[in-house]
Amino acid sequence: MTLGLINANPIVHAKKERVARCEDPHCDDAVDPDIRDPEHPYSLEQLSVLSEESITVDDKLGRILITFTPTIQHCSMATVIGLCLRVKLQECFPPHYKVDIKVSPGSHADEEAVNKQLNDKERVAAALENPNLRQLVDECLYSNEL
Amino acid sequence: MDLDDEGSNFELKEIQTLSGHTDRVWSLAWNPATGTDDAQPVIASCSGDKTVRIWERSALTRSWDCKAVLEETHTRTVRSCTWSPSGKLLATASFDATTAIWENVGGDFQCVSTLEGHENEVKSVSWNASESLLATCSRDKTVWIWEVMPGNEFECASVLQGHTQDVKMVKWHPTMDILFSCSYDNTIKVWAEDDTGDWHCIQTIGESSNGHSSTVWAISFNAGGDKMVTCSDDLTLKVWEADIEGMRSGNDQVLWKHLSTLSGYHDRTIFSVHWSREGIIASGAADDAIRFFVESKDSVVDGPSYRLLLKKEKAHDMDVNVVQWSPGQENRVMASASDDGTIKIWELATSSN
Repeated sequence: MTLGLINANPIVHAKKERVARCEDPHCDDAVDPDIRDPEHPYSLEQLSVLSEESITVDDKLGRILITFTPTIQHCSMATVIGLCLRVKLQECFPPHYKVDIKVSPGSHADEEAVNKQLNDKERVAAALENPNLRQLVDECLYSNEL
Repeated sequence: MDLDDEGSNFELKEIQTLSGHTDRVWSLAWNPATGTDDAQPVIASCSGDKTVRIWERSALTRSWDCKAVLEETHTRTVRSCTWSPSGKLLATASFDATTAIWENVGGDFQCVSTLEGHENEVKSVSWNASESLLATCSRDKTVWIWEVMPGNEFECASVLQGHTQDVKMVKWHPTMDILFSCSYDNTIKVWAEDDTGDWHCIQTIGESSNGHSSTVWAISFNAGGDKMVTCSDDLTLKVWEADIEGMRSGNDQVLWKHLSTLSGYHDRTIFSVHWSREGIIASGAADDAIRFFVESKDSVVDGPSYRLLLKKEKAHDMDVNVVQWSPGQENRVMASASDDGTIKIWELATSSN
């Protein structure tokens, strides 16, 4: 079951630059935007290369487990994708459902660290209050509708 | 005592549900003056809706009403709130990186001071017993100690570095000026002041000392201050003890030792734990349940162990973020708050057979 989350079409060029400069307080690794090759920024197009989500829903307990395989190894992208998934799931399911999000075992170098951040609800709440990050998440999820 | 009688049946009776917040309620605090003299019980609560609400129980109707909404001060989630020991001031910690100090001026709560300095979200705030010091902690990995000066002025006395990750909670020892902090880095740190007035970490309780294996969310002391209980994302509660006389005599070498681990009782993150005056440990967890534990009389061999007194499933519709016993005269009254946006007042009663 895929949720059709990610826009398959390329995002306009202007947004690429915004992503490259986006501060990501959700991830403690500081990424110096100057290090990125401006020709090949981490862009929403790359985010959209995400593959394979697997979702287990337990309606009786009201729990959801989703595992995903990011194709990008860098920490900040995996946590952003995880955030997008969480926001989308919150919309699809009643509020009392508990969502656990993990990267597929072996798919990320910092698997434990990423999983820990994605499932710390205080960190998630703070991240989604950050306007830059919130905007990025909204763009990932809603750019289809533009 | 009925707590010792393993045949006693307990139930958690719901007294009232307090609604009003428009987002999850992260924390609450009973005013310490609650139930003393003529003072009616008062609770402060704080929320993702960026406000703090003050609730008071009416002397006449015995029903709780919202007396005040403290808004337009914090610009982001208010994560934690705590009254000063005298009950005159309220400190609120926010994701907006500030800590606000409020005073009740003739029924009106006014923000009398704003503490700035943390680089990002402030998670917790705690007053020491004598009300001379305030501690705050943040995702910026630091713990700050502030001196309370006359005229509601606060001066930063120390910035404590040591945690390697987000610091979730700070708590002063109930009687001594020793500070405890717990963190996303899975450790608990103990901080004390030396003869020259410098604060430093005198102990780090990590996995190698039988410590937690994931984020430690909260700390609570027993009435005597010689034991503390911590709760974690690793699904356990851990009880620790220290040589209290050694601590009182200022012996820096006194360490906190692991006493007991309560595992197998929780299957989701435990966000809050609170030790009552009587010795009942209450926990609030991400499975919407509230649990109560007491020391088990049988254990003598390796030291005390604890047994589950009661599990209240579906105490709330969503995660329980905080549990707090009332400091008032009425025994076994407790408040909890949840992601479902409500606060509930409970009474732990022995059920009639």
